[in-house]
Amino acid sequence: MTTATDFTLAELIIAAAAETWRGDGELLATGIGPLPRLAASLAKLTFAPGLQMTDGEAFLVEEPVPLGARGSYQPRYSGWMPYSRVFDSVWSGRRHAMVTPVQVDRYGQGNISALGPDFRKPKVQMLGVRGFPGNSVSHKNSFFLPNHSKRSFVEGEVDVVASAGLKPSSWPAGAPADYVKLGLVVTDLCVFDFNGPGHAAQVLSLHPGVTFAQVQDATGFPLLQAPGLRETAAPAEEQLAVIRNLDPHNVRATVLKGNPPGVRAA
Amino acid sequence: MNKDMSARAVISQLRDGMTIGVGGWGPRRKPMALIREILRSDLKDLTIVAYGGPEVGMLCAAGKVRKVIYGFVSLDTIPIEPYFRKAREAGAVDVCELDEGLLLLGLRAAGHRLPFVATRIGMASAVMTNNPEFKTIRSPYDDGEELLALPAIKLDVALIHVNRADRKGNTLTFGPDPYFDDLFARAADKVFVTTEEIVDSIASHDPEVMKANLFEPYLVAGVVYAPLGAHPTTSFGAYGWDMGHLKAYAATATEDGGWQGYRDKTIGNDEASYIASVGGEAHVRGLPIPTF
Repeated sequence: MTTATDFTLAELIIAAAAETWRGDGELLATGIGPLPRLAASLAKLTFAPGLQMTDGEAFLVEEPVPLGARGSYQPRYSGWMPYSRVFDSVWSGRRHAMVTPVQVDRYGQGNISALGPDFRKPKVQMLGVRGFPGNSVSHKNSFFLPNHSKRSFVEGEVDVVASAGLKPSSWPAGAPADYVKLGLVVTDLCVFDFNGPGHAAQVLSLHPGVTFAQVQDATGFPLLQAPGLRETAAPAEEQLAVIRNLDPHNVRATVLKGNPPGVRAA
Repeated sequence: MNKDMSARAVISQLRDGMTIGVGGWGPRRKPMALIREILRSDLKDLTIVAYGGPEVGMLCAAGKVRKVIYGFVSLDTIPIEPYFRKAREAGAVDVCELDEGLLLLGLRAAGHRLPFVATRIGMASAVMTNNPEFKTIRSPYDDGEELLALPAIKLDVALIHVNRADRKGNTLTFGPDPYFDDLFARAADKVFVTTEEIVDSIASHDPEVMKANLFEPYLVAGVVYAPLGAHPTTSFGAYGWDMGHLKAYAATATEDGGWQGYRDKTIGNDEASYIASVGGEAHVRGLPIPTF
């Protein structure tokens, strides 16, 4: 493996996000949105061959399908995965998704439903809770947020709890505490998780050129520095080659504003 | 037995205040010919149950809707249905926002004639706080777990689009995913289908084809021959969604009198004028089915 020197922030994020599936074994891996989907695909093609993926519609594929117009590429199907089976897979727990909530709070609760204090007349109607309530109590979920800020990582609680989190008082007394499983949270600034003491958020790595203080300033709740806090690893040239094959139309360049380089200018 | 009927005859069996389930998934396989006939009618106060696409937005815009029970309302590449968004942000409709899987479970419970289904889904989420009528139930077994007792979602009527049907109510639904059309059919007192193709009999020597038969003819009260009847949504095996049309429709939501303009110019008085207004049969048949 040769560490790359020239890579974009999106590519750094893809390589960092792929790590969330490490050690998962055989299960359904779903990355919603271009970077999470590329991350899951990269994980499958490099270190997590047991991940099972779909073509984005209703079929399982053993080779991840590249993004966008397919040209001469023809997927080879190896199974059928209509939504009814997606739900069966979700509820069995044999799935790990990476999704993009609009708001995340200190409890790991996520919101994609609506903004504003009054759900009957929201300030902004968003997607609705979609599959987040079921996903969040059934299988592991990781997050990708492209704009790390206090608007996305809110000070109080999210406006609408679409994904359940680790807030004890939201659960009935005696409910098993282990339904909610949170993986990595990958942003444009850092990688963190909720595995600090008492499920506290702790930063695992800072993207090149980013300081912990900068991340804390952009976060509405307190963050810890994980033991061994380090710089997010640059992708390897071999990983970049895989990413280019998976994304021939360079959709990844359109996700982050201005498609910034992976190493920020000092 | 002949269940062949016109869209207008179906609508004449609907009443104000009914709970109507709509098959399909977002901008995919929606029985739009029947939705348009509702838009042309004076029906009102409807409760719409759906994995919603343009039908939910249009019915809201036309003031037909009292309440929406939904897993989502989306046009896919236009993530939020523009007229649904408008209705929500004006507080103009009541909603029961569900997890996508809860909608499936509620419909299935209705089809099984159960009062509720016990599930962990929704616990510790906004599904509980935004639907204060939902109650929980404790497992009677040793685990004692407290679960959501999701009420069955009973439908007066289900409207479903299929590819081929005969006059006895046998249907075939092509495409990669049956979605939950079968559960909508079972949850309803009466099912009306629109079909791309009507035949004397769907009977075949090929049993594989019959896997595309999603529900029994005894559930089907009426069959409406409605070629292109899913436009502007995808009808697998026939034509793809019309994203150009959906974008133009979405743009009207930001204009003053936008809905009325769309209603008058596009929906028109019958399906023939509708198809002509959206570019004609050849345009619709040429719409590619999208890949992802």
